[in-house]
Amino acid sequence: MHKGCSNIFHALTSCGLLQRIDMTEKLHEFVEKLRSENTAWVTKVIEGHGEVTVITSRESIVDACRSLKDKHGFDMLADLCGCDRGPEEDPRFEVNYHVFSTKHHNRLRLKVVLGEDDPHVPTVTQIWKTAEWHERETYDLVGVIFDGHPDLRRILLPSDFDGHALRKDYPLRGYEPYSLN
Amino acid sequence: MSVAVDNLTTSPEVLDSSLESQMTLSMGPQHPSTHGVLRLDLRLDGELVIKAIPDIGYLHTGMEKLFEYKKYQQGIVITDRMDYLNPLGNNLAYVMAAEKLLDLEIPDRAQVIRVLMCELQRIASHMVWLGTHALDIGAMSVFFYCFRQREKILNLIEAASGGRMTPSYFRIGGLMMDLPAGFERRCNQFMTDFPEAMSTFETLVTGNTIWMSRTKGVGYISAEDAIDWGLTGPCLRGSGVDLDLRRDNPYTGYETYDFDIPVEQDGDVWARFRVRMRECYESYKIVRQALDRLKPGPIKADAPKIVLPDRDDMRKHMDSLIHHFLIVAEGFNVPEGEVYMPIEASKGELGVYMKSNGGPKPERVHFRGPSFVNLSALPAMVEGEMIADVVAIIGSLDIVLGEIDR
Repeated sequence: MHKGCSNIFHALTSCGLLQRIDMTEKLHEFVEKLRSENTAWVTKVIEGHGEVTVITSRESIVDACRSLKDKHGFDMLADLCGCDRGPEEDPRFEVNYHVFSTKHHNRLRLKVVLGEDDPHVPTVTQIWKTAEWHERETYDLVGVIFDGHPDLRRILLPSDFDGHALRKDYPLRGYEPYSLN
Repeated sequence: MSVAVDNLTTSPEVLDSSLESQMTLSMGPQHPSTHGVLRLDLRLDGELVIKAIPDIGYLHTGMEKLFEYKKYQQGIVITDRMDYLNPLGNNLAYVMAAEKLLDLEIPDRAQVIRVLMCELQRIASHMVWLGTHALDIGAMSVFFYCFRQREKILNLIEAASGGRMTPSYFRIGGLMMDLPAGFERRCNQFMTDFPEAMSTFETLVTGNTIWMSRTKGVGYISAEDAIDWGLTGPCLRGSGVDLDLRRDNPYTGYETYDFDIPVEQDGDVWARFRVRMRECYESYKIVRQALDRLKPGPIKADAPKIVLPDRDDMRKHMDSLIHHFLIVAEGFNVPEGEVYMPIEASKGELGVYMKSNGGPKPERVHFRGPSFVNLSALPAMVEGEMIADVVAIIGSLDIVLGEIDR
């Protein structure tokens, strides 16, 4: 029987399942710490594929990020990206913050969902400088406006570009042939 | 609340440079030392850089939009064209994100080949970096020696995948095909020659007084700033932060390989140069171990509805033929969900955010390119340096504009 147990254990570790359970447990601890600090910061928690997503509101994103950085060691913003769910969805936009710790190497995703008529979210550039370009890119391609950003201009597309290319209602080939003149 | 300023390509403060002693210089986008089409707005006081504003987007091709219109397997060919010096790394990040969503288990041989090819590609990428970096600073001949080594690696990649710059070798669920006969012999041949080539580079560059005076103490960034700016890869390790995702967030079995992670404390161009040079030796060690581990076995996951069947099976089994037809014509559905898959590419953390809504095409694919983030920290490094050092600092960041602009 003992042998059988160890076989199962080996099978689990070899396919990464145990490791994954360990990982999410650790992440849930961070979520609980966030919740104990302020219950309003955590609206909903989603778990999947060994990752934990914390859905938060736009009013609390800056405070939650600040707390994650200062108290829980998430010192790096690995990525920030926007996503358009489609014009028929409400809320339509989401902004994903992938925070990472260079000390304990855990990753957490914070998500803010935004309605189409008011796609504003406060900037996190005062917490991580790297957010500057990520937010510019998200503004450029998805059209989310980051309030308080020091230099919110288009970054990849030309400054006179019409529309936001990564929105679902923006056609793949654009509205008309674009020419640089 | 800030209002987006849309009709300016250059930041307002650069445009009204009214001081007598200062001038604004537009460097690029066709400058040979900007490694592609990068434009820098430099505000200069004599030879001193007061302010630098990178202007990117000249190579923007809307790849992230294109992913949403392609089936999962079709998206792989787009990733080749992002970081075109490290296409296998891009393939790996993309296919692993999809495999994470699908919960696929990849056979051992495929994992070993993935590690083997990725490390060869890392050496090739570092060869291009060294050659162009040295060329920027004024050492012409290093370029030719580096490209000779890179050529040998590209020949190996071509033998395996059929493509030199755009291999698309990794597929969701495994590999495109197995390694060809004689690959191990050719790879061993390269491995025999490579240490001598490395010692050539060390002789040409490392001990060179001019090289040292051009790189030491130039483009300094502290560890805290480097983390704050999101630097990853050799740029971060050059500032003394011991972080490598191959060890800290292991994937494809990197945790079972024996290798060191080079870290330098100085935070300048020289430190970043030393980290990359030492990384070549570590990659060499990993390739050696991977070659030893190559055992015969399957190279595709056991998932007939996702992985294309072998040609031989299609001639013998009707269900294989049906699967082939369905995969090619309709693709496969990926369960709803979202993942972020980070890997250690040759330039830093390459993260793929993939979101699926359950259909055969992704809802959103976002690439966190290491070059994009590393370049955003350029102003922090060049401000206060001489204009001649700007090219040295850009070279030390090892940027690829295909990945920055996407």
